[in-house]
Order: sequence, then C-alpha cells, then structure tokens
Amino acid sequence: MSKTETLADTQPDKGGPAQPLLIVRNLQKYFPVRGGIFGGKKAVVQAVDGVSFEVKKGETLGIVGESGCGKSTTARLLIGLLDKDKGEIIYDGQDLGGTLSLRELRRGVQMVFQDSYASLNPRLTIEASIAFGARIQGLSDPVGRARKLMERVGLAPDRFAQRYPHEVSGGQRQRINIARALAMSPRLVVLDEAVSALDKSVEAQVLNLLADLRREFGLTYIFISHDLNVVRYISDRILVMYLGEVVEIAPVDDIWTSQAHPYTRSLFSAMPSMDPDNRTKEPPLAGDPPNPINPPSGCRFHTRCRFSEDVCKAKVPLLHPLTAGSDHLAACHLHDISSGHSKAGKDVFE
Amino acid sequence: MTENLVDIRNLNVRFSGARTVHAINDLTLTLKQGETMALLGESGSGKSVTLKTLLRLLPPKRSHIDGNIVVNGVDVLTLSGKKLQAYRGEEVSMVFQEPGLALDPVYTVGDQIAESVMRHKGVRKDEALSTALDMLRRVRIPSPERRLHNYPHELSGGMLQRVMIALALACRPRLLLADEPTTALDATVQIQILLLLRDLQKEFGMGVIFVTHDIGVAVEVSERIAVMYAGQIVEEGTTREIIKDPRHPYTRGLLAANLHDAARGARLNAIPGAPPPLDTRPDACSFAPRCPLAEPQCLAALPPVHSPNDRRRVACIHPNAPILAE
Amino acid sequence: MALIETHGLEDPISEAGKGYWSGVGSRLIRDPVTMICLGVILLLILSAVFAPYLGLADPYTGSMIKRLAPIGTEGHILGTDEQGRDMLARLIYGGRLTLFIGLMPVVLAFFIGGALGIVAGYLGGWVNTVIMRTVDVFFAFPSVLLAIAISGALGAGILNSLVSLTIVFIPPITRVAEAVTSGVRSLDYIDAARASGANALTVIRVHVIGNVLSPIFVYATSLTSVCMILAAGLSFLGIGVRPPEPEWGLMLNTLRSAIYINPWLSALPGLMIFITSLCLNLLSDGVRSAMNVKD
Repeated sequence: MSKTETLADTQPDKGGPAQPLLIVRNLQKYFPVRGGIFGGKKAVVQAVDGVSFEVKKGETLGIVGESGCGKSTTARLLIGLLDKDKGEIIYDGQDLGGTLSLRELRRGVQMVFQDSYASLNPRLTIEASIAFGARIQGLSDPVGRARKLMERVGLAPDRFAQRYPHEVSGGQRQRINIARALAMSPRLVVLDEAVSALDKSVEAQVLNLLADLRREFGLTYIFISHDLNVVRYISDRILVMYLGEVVEIAPVDDIWTSQAHPYTRSLFSAMPSMDPDNRTKEPPLAGDPPNPINPPSGCRFHTRCRFSEDVCKAKVPLLHPLTAGSDHLAACHLHDISSGHSKAGKDVFE
Repeated sequence: MTENLVDIRNLNVRFSGARTVHAINDLTLTLKQGETMALLGESGSGKSVTLKTLLRLLPPKRSHIDGNIVVNGVDVLTLSGKKLQAYRGEEVSMVFQEPGLALDPVYTVGDQIAESVMRHKGVRKDEALSTALDMLRRVRIPSPERRLHNYPHELSGGMLQRVMIALALACRPRLLLADEPTTALDATVQIQILLLLRDLQKEFGMGVIFVTHDIGVAVEVSERIAVMYAGQIVEEGTTREIIKDPRHPYTRGLLAANLHDAARGARLNAIPGAPPPLDTRPDACSFAPRCPLAEPQCLAALPPVHSPNDRRRVACIHPNAPILAE
Repeated sequence: MALIETHGLEDPISEAGKGYWSGVGSRLIRDPVTMICLGVILLLILSAVFAPYLGLADPYTGSMIKRLAPIGTEGHILGTDEQGRDMLARLIYGGRLTLFIGLMPVVLAFFIGGALGIVAGYLGGWVNTVIMRTVDVFFAFPSVLLAIAISGALGAGILNSLVSLTIVFIPPITRVAEAVTSGVRSLDYIDAARASGANALTVIRVHVIGNVLSPIFVYATSLTSVCMILAAGLSFLGIGVRPPEPEWGLMLNTLRSAIYINPWLSALPGLMIFITSLCLNLLSDGVRSAMNVKD
C-alpha cells in the first residue's frame, strides 16, 4: 500500500518489543523567576520535579492535570525544546545525551501543539510547512511525502498544497500540524492539548484520524489534555500530575473505576455529571491549585486534601504500586501501610 | 407577555465589513423570571453575539440589528444615553470569560464593586463598600475583608471570577448574562464556580442566560437548554429533554462528541465537515450539508419548527426520527 | 476586531492562495498619495542617475559675470549660484550625492542592524545581553550629536559621512529587529521547526527572516528621511561633502550668504531636501499600512 510506504523511513526498532519506547527517570526542570532591581534570582518555579514514567511501544499514555502541573513542560523536555536540569530520558533503550543525540531523538519523537495557528509559519505554504522537517532530516522526496500525508489526513493536495495557514479552518490546520509531525516518520508523537482548541464536532473528526494513524503507522502517543473524557477515549494508561509531580499512574479502566490518590478522585468528581437528575452537589475541592513557585512541603496536595495529617506535611510520598506487581501506582501515604498515616491501608473514600 | 423576563422576537444581526456575516438569523427566545437557560453552541454559532446584543454591546457602525428585544418590559433596542447606562448594570449585567481582562488592574476589587454600586444606586462610598464586602461574602471568598483591598493581579483565576460575579450581582440585576465564565478555569475550579452560580441564582432569584460550548457545564447550571447552530436555535427544551431525548441531528452529534459514554477505542460518530460561512442569509437548513438524515427538501427551504409541547421546539423535518444507530 | 474574528466563520473553501506580496502590491497601487511620492522619488533618482544624458550645463564650470542670476534667466532656468554655475544642473547632479549618502547608510544599517537584532532576538541569553547593552551605549547620545562627533573625528569626506551615519542608524534598527524577533521566537512554529532537528541558522533562514523582515524594513524606510536631513546637515556644517562637489546640504551652506540678494534661489536646495524627505516619509507610511495584514 502506498500509504504505508510514506513512513517506510521509520527508524529501525532497536530494543525489541519488550523495551519501552520511552523511559523517563527523575526528570526535573526548575525555572528561575527573576525580579527585583538587579534582576537577580528571586525564586524558582518547580515546574517538573522528579517525574518518572514509561511508555510502552504502541500504547497511548494520557497525561492529565490542571494548569501549572507541569504537563506541558514535561512534553517540551521530552522533545528537547527545553533542557532538563536532571534526570534521564531513554528512547528505545538509548540514553539521550549518551548513546542518543538530540537530532536522533527528534527524528523519533515529534509533537503537535495546541494552537494550530501559532504552530504554522504564516509565510510558508502548507506543503512547504509539512515538507520542511523531512527535508531537514534528509529524507527522500520531501514534497512528495508532504502531498501523500496531506492526502492521508484528509486534505486534497491539489486544493490545499499551495495555500497559506490563514486560509484554512482550525480543524484543517490541526490536520496539517499532524501531517507535519508525521513527515519525519516519528515513532512517538506527543500531542499537547492537540484537540482542546477545536469545536466538539471537529474534535471528534480529529480523534478518529489520530486513532487511524496510530493503527496504520504503528505509532505511540503521549496525549496531554485537561479533558478527562477525551483522555479516557484515546488512552491505554493515564498519568495524573499535580504541581510538577506524578501522583498516580494506572491503566485507564482501573483509574476510571477506582482512583487511588485523593487528588485524582477530586479531579474525576469535578467532571460535570451529564445527568440532569443527578447533578453535582458539592465541589470536591475548595480554592485554586497553589502556585508552583513555593509548593507545599511533603505531599504537595496536603493543603487541599481532606485526609491530610502531620505525616503528609513532613514526608514526601513516593510513587509505588498499590499491590505488589500491580501496574496501578499512586504517590499517597494512604496507600503505604508503613507511612504512619492513621488511615493508611484503609478504604477511606466510601 | 409581561411574565417573560426576556422576550426576543425575530432577531437578526448582520455584521458588515470586509465581508458580511449573518451572525444571528431570525432568533426567537423567551426566558421566564428566575429561569436559567444555557445557550449551547460551537464557535461562530452566534451565542455570544446574542448576549452582546442583549446588552447592546455590538459596535453600532458595523452591526445591523433588527427584531424585537424586551427585557423586563423595557424595549432594549430603542434605549440610549442614561437609560441604556441604567439598563446595563441595574437590569442586566454580564460575567465574561476572562475576568483578568474585564477588571481594571489599577483599582482594588473593593473599589471597583463599590464604584458600580455608587453609580447605579447613588449611595455614599462607605455604604457602597459595605455592599461590596457583603457581595464578596456571598460569592464565598475566604477572608473577604482582606480581599476587598486586593488588586486583581493578587488574586487567582477562580477568585477573580468570583469577584467578577460579585461585581455583576452587586446591583441586584434581574438578568445575569454569563459568557463562558468557566472555560478559562481548571476543572476543580470550574465546578466550584458552576455550583456557586447555581446557588446564587436561587438566592437572588434572577434569570440567567449562560453561554457555553460544553454540554456538561450546561447540564450542571441550567434548567433549560437552547442549542444554536449558524445563528439560529435548532432545538430548545428542558435540560432533561435535551439530554435524554435529543431530536435534532446536530444536538445528537454534539452529545456523541462529548465522549462521556463513548466506548474506548471505538470509532466516533463524528459530524463531518465544518459550519457554513454565513456570508449569505440562510434560506435552507444550515445543518443539511453535514446531516446524516438530510433530504432534498432540507436544501430547498428553511425547516419547519416542530413543537411537541409548549416551550419545546425542534427545527427539523425529522423531529421524531429514531436515534441513529451508532 | 475580535468580535468579527470569533464570529466570522473560517471559510473552508476560500480562494486558493494569493501571495502576500501581491496583496501588498495591489494595496499600494490603490493608494494615490504613496504612488505620487513613489513617482517623485523615482523621478529624482532617475534624473540623478541619468544626469549626464539630460543635456545639462556643466555643474562645475561657473562664470564670474553671471553670478546669482535669478530664477527664469535665459539659459539658466533656475538661475545660477554664487560662482555662476547653473543651478538646475547642480541640483540634479547634487541629487546623486545627496540621495547616495542619504539612503546608503540606512541600507547598510538595515543589513547590519537587522542581522544583529535577529541573532540577539533568536539566541537570547548572553549573546542578547552583549549585543543589546552595546546598542544601549549608542542610545545615550542624540543621533545628530553622534553623527557630528563621529564625522568630526573621522574628518570630512563622503566615505566618512557614510560610515558615521551608518553607525548612527544601526542601534535603532537592531533594537526593533531584536524586539520583533523575540516575539516571533516564542511562537510554536519556531519550536516545531526546532523539534524537527533544524539548526539555528536554518530556523532563522526559513522561519524567522520571512516573518520579521517586513516590520524591520518598514521601520528602516521611516529612517531614510531623517538620514537625508542628517547627511545634508553634515555637509552644511562642512564635515560632509567638500566643495566643489554639488550636494544639497553643502549648496544650502554656500548660498546662505546670498539670502538677502536672491532669497528664492538660496532656498532651492532646501526645498529639494524638504520635498525628498517628505516624500520618503509619506512613502514609508504607505508601505507600512500596505504591509499590515491585520486590518
């Protein structure tokens, strides 16, 4: 099939099917906040602090969290748009900065941004925008590739190739951005709120397209969104972030039926009910998420958590499996019997 | 007709400029006293234009409005000068999507609320400030005495939206217009604001028109939902009717696109295509080009408005078609 | 306006791509003031370039008996100067030098300042600090004073005027280029281009230059009239072009003494400077509004 040929230049698999495509260990990024008369360092935003996770080959990992939780910073670190302060990024068994160069990583990992308009150069035609990356990476026939991909994402090349981004609709622009990311034959695509700015009816079209592309090209996705319904629909596993840290990570069906971390639970209860006879009665949390500049000590959620005890203020909970060998992980003293929390190990939610 | 708080009849709004846009086409809408109605639609459906028309906020030179709008017995489209000022704020007020942009950064929030109270109610400053304090308390802002003296940039997004609501309700309007007030907020904050609005509506007994693109939000706040598409209302009914028994193919498509009950990994029943450009006045069903049930007659004339019961309507030739097989 | 933007629906079947520059061109043609100014400037440039073929009198040979002949004199339509040289010839030949040292510094500064500003804006960090703080030093002096100081130090002469004026115009252009570039730098398409593995030079060439050039260019054109006046001013003060070369600023100086004898005549070079700088100014305004796609 000619369509699969388009991506025939995909990098060869190095680690075998059991090797996770991406392993992230203790990723950390702090941003200095400059201020004062002399522009000296005043404070740091702890945007991403000790984030670890894995993405298996062919799966979709959904990342959810509120503004300031560090999900977009994580995405930018993964693709090398920001330099990490600490931690390891291991792509298909190769360590970034060690055996893997940034250029090679960018061949294998691509990103689709939220703002479809700002992520396209207004002075380049659609065809030129899509072909740019392939040309940079030295792939054969970049223009032919671009046209094939346009066809694949549902934009007739003869009608759209020579147009400019402002001449097409938001949904069409996001299709262009997807084609642009795919032009380099990546294996992992990071979708940072890629459908959030679209109207609901258009969003569904783009989600269908993403599902088809994943199957057809054997892609792996990291899907970042604030919309839990969308994340549930597209993901295999869900990772929840709060103030720069991972609080819970689990297969989607597990987390949908029982959330282990009190924050995850609040996030899920904050979803509108969709049932006029059973509307939400009480907001699960009060107040706004705290500022990541001076995050709370210990468990960062303890300021808003109704199960908070002294141990939560003092000790940082580590991410660990709920039961031995489980792939449902949470970072909460409630789930660690040795933590010293008075309700540890008990089912507190009911 | 006096029982209706809002009575919009055959409203048309057209913008002229580099190109003409028929933003609102023959819109008729009524809201009873103390009722909460959600105007649901996607970008460009005309929902925000409807709100702006109600407050007479559209640029007069470039917008052409005709039709009838009566709010609490006042003919809105003929208001001008002092009467228009009094109408805005006393009869009707509005909460915007970006409270950070709607509040003045150089005054404290207390001063801003007090200023509005002084202007509309003609009271003294200390009296107005105590009203402001009372309002901050009613929107459940913690330690309101301290917040009164805060500047907008010192407050978080959720707090700002509460201040915005306090400002809007300070003069006890009969009608509150809310333009996507929770869209810019985080999920856990959004639900707080939605529930606050629901409580305040009961407390103050005002009418609310709540514009949103999110069906879930509409369900949480409103008793009634009007679905807009291409500047027209395609379906209207109680929230229960719209959610449990949607009749218009567009409403059904929107509900499916919300994904709350979509099977994971299954193909979505997406509405194909994109909304029409609206550079001409629609003379047929605007949704027909995207509609799975479209027939030749849909493209020949405007669809009939079917009204199964009082205050329920569907603008479609198939008001009783069975729910599409997924 | 935002109102129309949000409610004017994007037309999925709008007309196929018309280039940006053809749009700018058609807007310019429809603007009469800009077109007239462009005509005047072109006329001045053409007449200066083709001066030897216009059958004019020799601008260097004068006549002691025909000094300061009034405008309208037989054989000298615009009269003669204080050494009896034909004014028309001197004004047209004078356009060569005046326009050259009036425009060339801006052209040079456009390239040098533009490059510096783009590099500073794109790379940021310490590169930005070094370039921009250096530029700030030059901003400490008023541009006229700076030009006079540099010219005075280098000595009179065409080349030295050129150098001093170029130095004067590099800082403002750098500053504008830096501001525009750092704005573009933060957009997602630059990140997307970096993420595709392109190096800084390629990203600048393909994605930055096209998007920052027009605002920098428009700003530079607005400097041409100032530069013209400064160049003429340097010559007027005797630290620019040296006699007997015809140059408007210098001519204004030498005819200064004749102001009570033949005021109209002595005003002619000033009039030329005035017309040229006015036309350049209006032209740059016209270009700016034609390039502004946002309206």
